Amino acid sequence: MRYMANVVTLELFPERCTGCGRCLEVCPHEVFAGNGKTVRIVDRDRCIECGACMMNCPFDAIRVNPGVGCAAAVINGLIGGGDPQCGCSGGGASDASCC
Amino acid sequence: MAAELFDLRGGSGASAAGNVPVVPTRWSRRDSWGRLKCRLFNSFRMNYTVQPGIYAAGRPDRGSAVLVTANYKLSFDLLRRELTGFHAWIVVLDTRGINVWCAAGKGTFGTEELIHRIRATRLPKIVEHRRIILPQLGAPGVQAHIVRERTGFSVEYGPVYARDLPAYLRNGHKATAEMRKVRFGFRERLELTPMEIVPALKGFLIFLGAVFLLFGLQREGILFRSALHNGLPVAILGAAALLSGTFFAPLFLPWIPFRSFALKGLLVGGVATGALVFLVPAEALQSVYLQAFSLVFFPAAGSYLALQFTGSTTFTSISGVKKELKIGLPLYIAAGVIALVLLVLYKIQDWGIWI
Repeated sequence: MRYMANVVTLELFPERCTGCGRCLEVCPHEVFAGNGKTVRIVDRDRCIECGACMMNCPFDAIRVNPGVGCAAAVINGLIGGGDPQCGCSGGGASDASCC
Repeated sequence: MAAELFDLRGGSGASAAGNVPVVPTRWSRRDSWGRLKCRLFNSFRMNYTVQPGIYAAGRPDRGSAVLVTANYKLSFDLLRRELTGFHAWIVVLDTRGINVWCAAGKGTFGTEELIHRIRATRLPKIVEHRRIILPQLGAPGVQAHIVRERTGFSVEYGPVYARDLPAYLRNGHKATAEMRKVRFGFRERLELTPMEIVPALKGFLIFLGAVFLLFGLQREGILFRSALHNGLPVAILGAAALLSGTFFAPLFLPWIPFRSFALKGLLVGGVATGALVFLVPAEALQSVYLQAFSLVFFPAAGSYLALQFTGSTTFTSISGVKKELKIGLPLYIAAGVIALVLLVLYKIQDWGIWI
């Protein structure tokens, strides 16, 4: 299954990439492919912007604005101002239907 | 309180850093019941936790593997259930009762908590090696290279699903490409639909109250018979829209055209509403205004509800959701206003003030 086309913020900077392959390991949607020397993006539209690749790249070769693709969280953020918020962290009093 | 949630029949076992609770690898009836309740009741799920810390499965020693998980009890249970026949340590992070993937997104399953927990559990004394296995879906919250720098422990990302752990552990800690992919099959979607339907029912009760008032309200006062007779078809349309967005659209997701969830919901809600309005003869729905109201309001409601499912899926992105909302929200508000105007027109016609 694929979500919306051409929307994600994922960027790869090949000049910093050493081809270590950590991003291939953590990506749950096979967005990257590599040959041991370098890595490239092969399927951008599958990216869910979870941020795993950016977090685990020791060479700062990947940039993405991470977030959770959850409408309830984005709407909560619009109402409350600030970043998208699932109602599920902390407090425990919330009954939002997200994770 | 959390520790009594599961049966510590195993008692505790000795480790180099004191006693560690031993957990069974088999589920009790209570564990299975707990899983079911998690899928049905939000309040239960949000408080279904395990005490953060270190646990033993089997009889681990200083050379045994260390597996890290969240303190949402269902996550912990799914992990320990796969460890029959293995001797391993389980380190539970404090994720405030949230599962690994969501907690990683929030950063509670994260670098700082992992480093803190490695120290607090005295892991460097319990094992002699310096490797820890994290679920792959913990990666959005963890910077493996920082953890290594600060604790000496190197992070291995294991498979996405706990059920692949036995194969992973036997294969010399190698995950196949298949183990690295997150799935979202029919069964998984089916398991998540109650969590869409149940919260939506609250809104549905308000809707039913409004329908009762609207159709019961006559010039003579509130008439129960009128409410039932004219309101029932509209209530049924509402139920159809609810199921379209919270059940049918999520369940048949890959087979419904469009990538946008709002459009998928609009299509399912539109087909259901259209079929009911035009194919089922109901006296109350003879009014053109009420027909128009139904055709505007219910597909929009189905669309909005389907959009909420984005948060439960494994393949949506925040940029995509923002795009959907940017286009969708103004349209939902417009649909709401138009629907309200049509209802007023219907009521005026109904009362015979003006035809």
